[in-house]
Amino acid sequence: MIGLEHYLVLSAVLFCIGLYGVLTKRNAVIILMCIELMLNSVNISLVAFSSYIVPLLLTGQIFAIFVMVVAAAEVAVGLAIILAIYRGLTDIDANNINLMKW
Amino acid sequence: MGLATAFWIMAVIVVIAALGVIFLRNVFRAALSLVLCFITVAGLYITLSADFLAAVQILVYVGAISVLIILAIMMTRDVQRGSPSNKIKFPAFLVVAVLMGIMIYTVTSNSWQIAAESPLTPTTAPIAVKLFSESGYILPVEIGAMLILAAILGAIVIAREK
Repeated sequence: MIGLEHYLVLSAVLFCIGLYGVLTKRNAVIILMCIELMLNSVNISLVAFSSYIVPLLLTGQIFAIFVMVVAAAEVAVGLAIILAIYRGLTDIDANNINLMKW
Repeated sequence: MGLATAFWIMAVIVVIAALGVIFLRNVFRAALSLVLCFITVAGLYITLSADFLAAVQILVYVGAISVLIILAIMMTRDVQRGSPSNKIKFPAFLVVAVLMGIMIYTVTSNSWQIAAESPLTPTTAPIAVKLFSESGYILPVEIGAMLILAAILGAIVIAREK
């Protein structure tokens, strides 16, 4: 029988894969994709908590909807920033984007 | 039984697709792998009897966010050189492995208080009542709308040609 722990372990594995990508990748678009992966894994655990712990309240599902709202806003602004950097530097390698480094 | 089989199949697919996002050399293929991951997560929501969230996942992630990402990949095509890794590959792997061990240990050693009731289905009407009723989440909904508006305006201003 599938329990809450299965979903939580799956969510943890997905989160760690996304975190590894965010830490090690140099392509800025890939970094954004890995952030989406991490947000999705958090959503899985929120929905799992919602349907196993408080099945009649739906609190976790509503929180997951807000996470999706913030993720959509984040990816829109993030890709706009990447395009602006590409226009200025003709490069989206995170190692070479050091405008704000001091 | 059928639910367990569906869960295991989708769990394997979602982990493989996520690893594909990390390890595929071609950025466009990594994006397609990400789309597969999103679709499978929607399937996982269905096994958790969250039908409305599954539909929203398909609409927002598969429909909108993946299109945005693919558009960004295509617009930056002439500087794409695959998806190289930086120099901290090994320490990052170590940190992530330790974090994963800690998280898996925590969630498996904790005794969760599983509720006896079976989850609510269909969830669309109860979610609407929760979101828009006066004792519900109407203020966060309005703040979310403002956030989306600000993000759209910010994206337009940042990405606009001079």
